[in-house]
Amino acid sequence: MKRLTELFIFLLIIFGNDALFAKDKILFNRDIRPLLSDNCFACHGPDEHERKAKLRLDIKEGGGFENRDGTVAIIPNDPVNSELIARIISGDEDELMPPKKSGKKLSPDQINLIKEWVKQGAEYEGHWSFNKPTKSVEPAINPIDHFIETRLKTQNLKFSDAAATHTLIRRLSLDLTGIAPTPEEVNIFQDEYNKHPQDAMKNAAGRLMASPRYGERMAIFWLDLVRYADSIGYHSDTNMNVYLYREWVINAFNANQRFDQFTKDQIAGDLLPNSTDEQKIASGYNRLLQTTEEGGAQPKEYVAIYAADRVRNISGAWLGGTLGCAQCHDHKYDPYTTKDFYSMAAFFADIKERAVGKREAGMSVATGQYKKRIEDLDNKITELTKLTTVSSPEITAAQAEWEKSLGSSAKPLLAKWHMIGPIPGGDPNNAFNKEFGPEKGIDPKAVIAGKKWQDRPDLADGKVHNLGSAANSAWYLYRLIKAPQATQLPLSLGSDDGIKVWLNGKELLKNNPARGAAPDQEKITLELKEGNNQFLMKIVNHAGGGGFYFKAKGNDLPPNIAKALSVDNDERNDAQKKEIADYYLTISPALAQTRSQISSLQKEKGELQKNLPKTLVSVSMKPRDMRVLPRGNWLDDSGQIVQPAIPEFLGKIKTGDNRANRLDLANWIVSPNNPLTSRAFVNRLWKIFFGLGISSNVDDLGSQGQWPSHPKLLDWLAVEFIESKWDIQHMIKLIVSSKAYSQSSLVSPQMRETDPLNLLFARQSRFRVDAEMVRDNALFVGGILTERIGGRSAKPYQPAGYWRHMNFPARKYAHDNNENQYRRGLYTHWQRSFLHPSLLAFDAPNREECTAERPRSNTPLQALVLLNDITYVESARAFAERIIREGGKDPKSRINWALNTALSRQGNEKEMKILSELQTKQLTRYNADTNAANELNTVGIKVPPKDIPPAELASWTTVARTILNLHETITRH
Amino acid sequence: MTPYDFQMNRRSFLNRSGTGIGSVALASLLNDELKAAPRSGEKWTGVINKLDHPAKAKRVIHLCMAGGPSHLETLDYKPELAKMNGKPMPESFTKGQPIAQLQGNKNLTCLGPQHEFKNYGKSGQHISSIFPQIGGVADDIAIIRSMVTEQINHDPAHTFMNTGTQISGRPSMGSWLLYGLGAETEDLPGYVVLTSVGGGQNQPIAARQWHSGFLPSRFQGVPFHSKGDPVLYVTNPKGVTREDQQSVVNSVNALNGIHNDQVDDPEISARIAQYELAFKMQASVPGLMDVSKEPQRILDLYGAKPGDGSFASNCLLARRLAERGVRFIQLYHRGWDHHGGIKNASKNTAGLVDRGSAALIQDLKERGMLDDTLVIWGGEFGRTPMAQGNGRDHHIKGFSLWMAGGGIKGGISHGSTDELGYNSVKDIVNVRDLHATLLHLFGIDHERFTHKFQGLDFRLTGVRPANVIRPVLA
Repeated sequence: MKRLTELFIFLLIIFGNDALFAKDKILFNRDIRPLLSDNCFACHGPDEHERKAKLRLDIKEGGGFENRDGTVAIIPNDPVNSELIARIISGDEDELMPPKKSGKKLSPDQINLIKEWVKQGAEYEGHWSFNKPTKSVEPAINPIDHFIETRLKTQNLKFSDAAATHTLIRRLSLDLTGIAPTPEEVNIFQDEYNKHPQDAMKNAAGRLMASPRYGERMAIFWLDLVRYADSIGYHSDTNMNVYLYREWVINAFNANQRFDQFTKDQIAGDLLPNSTDEQKIASGYNRLLQTTEEGGAQPKEYVAIYAADRVRNISGAWLGGTLGCAQCHDHKYDPYTTKDFYSMAAFFADIKERAVGKREAGMSVATGQYKKRIEDLDNKITELTKLTTVSSPEITAAQAEWEKSLGSSAKPLLAKWHMIGPIPGGDPNNAFNKEFGPEKGIDPKAVIAGKKWQDRPDLADGKVHNLGSAANSAWYLYRLIKAPQATQLPLSLGSDDGIKVWLNGKELLKNNPARGAAPDQEKITLELKEGNNQFLMKIVNHAGGGGFYFKAKGNDLPPNIAKALSVDNDERNDAQKKEIADYYLTISPALAQTRSQISSLQKEKGELQKNLPKTLVSVSMKPRDMRVLPRGNWLDDSGQIVQPAIPEFLGKIKTGDNRANRLDLANWIVSPNNPLTSRAFVNRLWKIFFGLGISSNVDDLGSQGQWPSHPKLLDWLAVEFIESKWDIQHMIKLIVSSKAYSQSSLVSPQMRETDPLNLLFARQSRFRVDAEMVRDNALFVGGILTERIGGRSAKPYQPAGYWRHMNFPARKYAHDNNENQYRRGLYTHWQRSFLHPSLLAFDAPNREECTAERPRSNTPLQALVLLNDITYVESARAFAERIIREGGKDPKSRINWALNTALSRQGNEKEMKILSELQTKQLTRYNADTNAANELNTVGIKVPPKDIPPAELASWTTVARTILNLHETITRH
Repeated sequence: MTPYDFQMNRRSFLNRSGTGIGSVALASLLNDELKAAPRSGEKWTGVINKLDHPAKAKRVIHLCMAGGPSHLETLDYKPELAKMNGKPMPESFTKGQPIAQLQGNKNLTCLGPQHEFKNYGKSGQHISSIFPQIGGVADDIAIIRSMVTEQINHDPAHTFMNTGTQISGRPSMGSWLLYGLGAETEDLPGYVVLTSVGGGQNQPIAARQWHSGFLPSRFQGVPFHSKGDPVLYVTNPKGVTREDQQSVVNSVNALNGIHNDQVDDPEISARIAQYELAFKMQASVPGLMDVSKEPQRILDLYGAKPGDGSFASNCLLARRLAERGVRFIQLYHRGWDHHGGIKNASKNTAGLVDRGSAALIQDLKERGMLDDTLVIWGGEFGRTPMAQGNGRDHHIKGFSLWMAGGGIKGGISHGSTDELGYNSVKDIVNVRDLHATLLHLFGIDHERFTHKFQGLDFRLTGVRPANVIRPVLA
């Protein structure tokens, strides 16, 4: 019974005389639409197929005012004769609306309200969130406070007092960065605040938003909406490359990228003119959905599933709506039709992807640290290369010595190859033995077996060349060798298979094995005469592929250099001198080290480029046909083909004869005329700073959503957001500098009864921080948090076997053993089918669908995580080390330091006593059992300090564990 | 409005109230079916105050045969199919039908049943000879031979079987039950999941199968493991004894109490209660999971070896969980995906689950618990009458499962497929019907048990028709 009394008090206090409806003007949107929507729209709403009696009650034109066979559903000002009223009060079960089997029932008060509405004239309004927002007034004081205070005054209520300064800065830090302030930051803020409270709030907000942590904090919010994860979700749930998208989101928030551009980059970054790498990365948004590679999955079915997934997400994340409900039938509560659903899906029909199968690796991107590292390498290579192009007296002298060493033994010059073949020979022996012509003398114009001589300058020396797969065939290769004087020239030869060699018509070599070509299969030395020598080689292929290898030993000089060198020093022209000098620099022993440095840098660059991060991006192709699927059935091809279009009742995108594309969609979403986008975003932004939205159902602004507690405030903020050119930080500054934001979260027993949920914002809300932040703050307090923006996903400790149910392939989780172990929670590898269990315990979503609101549960599993997860035990140990080193000598000063560090406030006597006794008791216990102390001190990968006695560290670890487990530690007030 | 939404938990209250109209919404709370929900730290007793009709079942043990057991080798014998073995599958059956890996295969041939069937029990239920033990409890079970589902691939089919839809983010049936009714246990989660493998390629299963979707996370299934930590994070850190842990928990609660005196926040009382419960679980769970103290006769009955992680051991654990008041117990055996070599594979997998399944029925019966424990045995779909090599492909148009206890009539069969075991043709049962029946056995009208999310009244059975399978009710 007490509960009932409470409710009566609630009603009387919160609504005062409002509860007596007759007095006030009934507003359709506020008072009537929710009732009709909940009770009537299923059969008398937007869904044409389900509509009964052709009566539609969601719009004025729905037939309610028409005379229908002598009855009229709604006669304005005349409830007694209105059929609508007659039906909702009927005593006849067959007549009564809503019908019994619907399970719906109107209460007497609701019936009275509808009667009163009819009595007052039955005025309709368009659904609030589908009308363009306007600013009702431009108030003098902070508009937020104006609207909230106005509402409070009507209820005879006032703002709560401002929160304590340490609470304020802790609230602001957690809201804006996800990490609590250090005691020093608390002190600085307190000093500023005592001088000028408002400036202090603004300055602190500015500082915190300038911190890289801000982007990380905001990313948590956004990644939930766009369902970011590192794995594909369905069945095998293997990994996909998208972490650069996460990094992009963080950077975008940190750069305060305007929300309109932020939107366009994600939905259509690839379609923007001259799109940058960053914009392409952002377009990875379109690839974040769940996909499958399950054997036997039908591509056609999954194309339909993906299309629906994208519509649900675009509508949920940007429009705060449930267009996804129109997949199989027209929406029952909002004017979305099935055609609207598939028309929206058609915008995404151009995205290139495999329906079933492994995702591609994605676009290689040199970004962030990689970009910098490649630039650094390029700079170094350029610098060193310069060194190798500059001569010096020493080098010039060495060059002279080198030239001298070459001496008179100027090398023979090898001219380019000429080749003819393949010439069929019938069988290996015949092909080898038969003379096909050239053996008797070279005729450049000869035609043999339909083949002619060809110049083959490409057949470089020192490589195995493949000549083709003609079996039982022969090739002839011919070149001139010009010797400055009579000399010997050793050759290394290889052949696939048989080989014959002639020099100046004389046969030097004859061998017909079956083999693959390789260096040094044959070694011969040519006796060259001065002047031109004719070199001829026959290669015979038996089967498979034929080929050869040729290298003249000791003849490594490039022909042009050899030629220049063959000219006497005095007679060389400048070009020849430069040629030789430049060449020498490339072989100069003095520069050998520099050259090897360059080559290893180049190798490093190559490796880096090969291993560049890859990320899934949108690639546009010829759009697939998009059909309306009757009842969502992918096997049914009878539906009409639709073109990309926005929901019909919201207007049309004008693209002339061109098919509208994703960029057109993005432009429409952030057009100032779009009634939904701005409202949805500011409503969710508000929730970050007050714990609940102005329209409390942050995932649905539609008919079944919630009438806003402060509609004018919501609209004012929505317009302000657009007018500020979609400046998110501007909106945040407005919010956090309001009096409303600074209120205490303490709640009097009276207030709790009046407004248990804080719908009136007569105080601040208090709530447990998000899963990622629970982790971040433990690591931060322990001093082991790795702070770095972006990068690959991290793998924190995870209980063994947690992934045992995954397969194709079976996987073992290996936690990170380096600084990656201590990264912020948002970087945790997001495995959709098995989200990290400690994040899951604190209500992090698995990101299969758009999540606008996380539940905030309070479970025993959370207690087990904070008590026993290695992350928290190790954080506590690291925290203990800090307590001992930084907290002073005296246990009391240590405890106070610890509480101040974790909770941003001083400890009180009672708290100090409890913790001090705990520490003493634990010290004795671990002194008696050093093994246990050592065990506790080695939980995790952090090496325990040598200079702190194990029992002391263990005892303080217990204190630290206690503090990390406190409700206050994980709560934002 | 349905009466079940009237609990005062934060979320649904928010959804319900709004402000301008709050007066009306709140006025309707003054309803005789109003039920004050407990604070978040207190034992959850469910949102359903008054049942629609008396309940027959108090708890569920769902033996989920993951991978899709072939109905043709287990519960649905087809002599016509035996005659057609090796002959082309008549196109009249398969034309335009979705199939999985056999898609595009032009020469579909019939594969006859690979095992003999026998008549078991007084009822003479016709069951495959690879299930001699289940045959032994034939008079206790109701076989449904006319199941159909809508999802042909494992992952979505499991999601469909558990949540009634393929779309992610909806609550599983266990979460719905827990949300509606709470659980009797004081120191264990109300929804527990156990898994085992063997007999075929190990089907991956995702945590979404026991997820609470849009319901608060406290209604999620909690996986228990027979190896390693029985429950995640239930074991103390190294170097920390139960006494040490108690000191920490006591200190945490004392400090939270002091803080609560200053700020007066019900969430803190809840937190204190959760720490107490967690600490209790740390002691109760390992005890529960240790079956070594069960009498040898019982271990033999199940064929369980303590700590072996087998399906048989999980069946024994399921009984222990049921005894302790857990509402929904789900056992996955991930070994039924027999695309190839189905003759031996189905026999092997059956060998791993036969004794445990039957022992569970017998054991519950001996303890007088079968009457109010609903046991469901079956997979996410069946397998094709057509051969895929010497195995069978996924099949959704006809398959079988059995149920026992908790208000189910034993010794009967319900529904049937056509002569080749392709289409369910008589008394067709879809997944929604199964869900409606499950809720019915708990005294709940599936059409009235809803939760508001994104403005809609969601229910386990969704928006399309669902009917209680009356003929199988005791």
